[in-house]
Amino acid sequence: MQKTVLSGNEAFARAAYEAGVQVASAYPGTPSTEILENMGQYERIDASWAPNEKVSLEVGIGACMGGARALVTMKHVGVNVAADPLFTLSYTGVRGGLVLVAADDPEMHSSQNEQDSRHYARAAKVPIFDPSDSQEALEFTRLAFDASEEFDTPIIMRSTTRISHSKSVVTLGEPIKELPATGLTRDAKKFVMLPGNARVRHPFVEDRLERMAEWSCDQPFNRIEQGQGSVGIITAGVAYQYAREVFPEAGILKLGLVHPLPKRLIREFAARYQTIYVIEELDPFIEEQVRAMGIEVVGKEKVPICGELTPGRLRQAFDLPMETPLAGDENLPPRPPNMCPGCPHRGVFYALNRLKAFVTGDIGCYTLGFMPPLSAMDTCICMGASIGNATGLSKVLEADDQQKLVAVIGDSTFLHTGVNGLMDMVYNDSPATVIILDNSTTGMTGRQDHPSTGYTLSGEKAYQVDLEALCRSLGVQSVRTVDPYQMDETREVIKEEMARPETSVVITRRPCVLIKHDVLEKMPPLFVDADKCTACKVCLNLGCPAIEWAPGKDGEKGVAKVDRLLCTGCGICEQVCKFGAFGVCS
Amino acid sequence: MTNDKVTNILMAGVGGQGTLLASEILSEVLMQAGFDVKKAEVHGMAQRGGSVVSHVRFGSKVLSAIIPEGDADVLFGFELLETYRYLPLVSPRGTVVVNSLRIAPPSVALGKAEYPADIPAKIRDQIADVRVVDGLRLAEEAGNPRTVNTVLLGTLSNLLAPTEEQWIAAIKALVPEKFLQVNLDAFKLGRMVKD
Repeated sequence: MQKTVLSGNEAFARAAYEAGVQVASAYPGTPSTEILENMGQYERIDASWAPNEKVSLEVGIGACMGGARALVTMKHVGVNVAADPLFTLSYTGVRGGLVLVAADDPEMHSSQNEQDSRHYARAAKVPIFDPSDSQEALEFTRLAFDASEEFDTPIIMRSTTRISHSKSVVTLGEPIKELPATGLTRDAKKFVMLPGNARVRHPFVEDRLERMAEWSCDQPFNRIEQGQGSVGIITAGVAYQYAREVFPEAGILKLGLVHPLPKRLIREFAARYQTIYVIEELDPFIEEQVRAMGIEVVGKEKVPICGELTPGRLRQAFDLPMETPLAGDENLPPRPPNMCPGCPHRGVFYALNRLKAFVTGDIGCYTLGFMPPLSAMDTCICMGASIGNATGLSKVLEADDQQKLVAVIGDSTFLHTGVNGLMDMVYNDSPATVIILDNSTTGMTGRQDHPSTGYTLSGEKAYQVDLEALCRSLGVQSVRTVDPYQMDETREVIKEEMARPETSVVITRRPCVLIKHDVLEKMPPLFVDADKCTACKVCLNLGCPAIEWAPGKDGEKGVAKVDRLLCTGCGICEQVCKFGAFGVCS
Repeated sequence: MTNDKVTNILMAGVGGQGTLLASEILSEVLMQAGFDVKKAEVHGMAQRGGSVVSHVRFGSKVLSAIIPEGDADVLFGFELLETYRYLPLVSPRGTVVVNSLRIAPPSVALGKAEYPADIPAKIRDQIADVRVVDGLRLAEEAGNPRTVNTVLLGTLSNLLAPTEEQWIAAIKALVPEKFLQVNLDAFKLGRMVKD
């Protein structure tokens, strides 16, 4: 078969295609996003963006009730949102196979916490595979669809950033030719989870786990690699690659399915070695269960629980010799991510900073509004939290402090889980102000469409949710829309709405500078007239990557400079400069 | 199951510089030349003008996609400061290929920190084989300033096993037709930089 280089995410998508998946649904979330984006290339798959992970799983369940195979994908924190249907889906089981990819983010490269999705599998009593590279991502996912139908269970594929975003050589498989038949089948005892039916299904779920644990002892995805010496290692997922590299001589029990655990195989392996190490990323998930079997192991007392593993961190954990590193300079200026030049959010945060607002934040590119010099975000918990947080704060503040409360939330995040928060804010009469930063896309994850962009995942035109009408229908009396490139108007409108003693909404509308669909009007870059620049540095407070301070030499005054290649011509620097030093290049 | 013959290339740059396409071409050419290849990188937050790093490893059999600390054979840098930042991950016997470009990080742009001076000299204090490429000048010579990444691949190609024909085939496979000729020209100009 054909060999190619695939990322883990491309491999998950390919596997779903090979397995005959007909419906795929997701909300974007790093590091899972590219799985659904890659589904778009396969004509026989209906791949679509859902407004949140709960909806995407419910869409997947519906397709599977109709007999189709379905794939739903999400980042680790998305599983929290989808947990409600997941726990009951475990009881109903499936008709067509259903696989949920949960992509964890050890090291929090692009996340707000480091939760370990394997706990969900155990809590919901569903099996979870933990592939160690792209080839296994493909093979295990294909196998998971068969096992899902054979054992009547949803199955979770656990990925991590290093699986999803690493590429390796993959041998492709043959796609199944005939797709499963679909249609309506009434089976209320299986799919209507009222207490009477659920009580019957619970023992089935417990028995299913027992049967899968026994089955998995003899499956090739759980394998023993013979070693020399007295140390045996139990490992899974990407940690297997590090363990194999750092301990080339050791015996290894490499687990592909990490819940339920193959207890018979583990006992057989442990009996062969004097010392057993358990090497796994994040929590002691395997370790604690092996200990509970009465087997002594070395685990998290050596292997770090925080952050991702690397071969070097593993060597360090076991006091193995390491190369003396070259000297580095610890005082190098850091290079954190920043809002793009021309980002429509920049002027809004500049205004919030000047208005001394207390800003409850949310998840998206605009969370970078927290960074200096904008420094205009005070909280950030999870998707949609900004609005509820502001409501809660308003309940415990005096009137003058209540007026400082502003919740900021992106358009995609608002539709994800912000709408309910706004409903509550109006219903329970909180006087805070909500700013919907509408850049007409899901920016941070790479510009995906959502229900108010007017396009679907495949680029087809769709109904465009009217955000103003939606807010009014929830009972917001004052809904005002501004262009955030108009700095004075934006600031005035926010100021007026902050003073209003009732819930109000300001929509700052301007497409992301990286938007896909609209051909944005190209504007000429700006320049600084060095004679007019008084070195007041006000423009630097915008934190625009296209503006750089050039210190003066030999006691002369410094001057701001614009990088013509980076500047998009948005002109907000021109508006904050009181001396007319910015001009537009002709 | 030894991992002895794995070669490690660590790529460093600033989000938006085109390191992703370069690492794609690099992986493709190495696979076509018959190696097992793995590469690791991070998307999402890192794209927004932040520091970005890609790990590319190849050999007869590669296990970890992440390069063990201190084990990079080549540090392939798209920007001076980001190259210098990752120096502790390079083997003392390694080679550095670095683009002589300076992009100010936020604290420097705000006038609150200074961009380190003489970075190539600082790297040469610790590594013997350092190749500095004026990527932007060569890319402009090729006809498009956005081909800096292909110029740098040209210089890097002198250190690796694949033939010029294999490199050209990989570029043809991954670069859109419209930009192909300028990228091939950029690659050849970069390949002429040998020290």
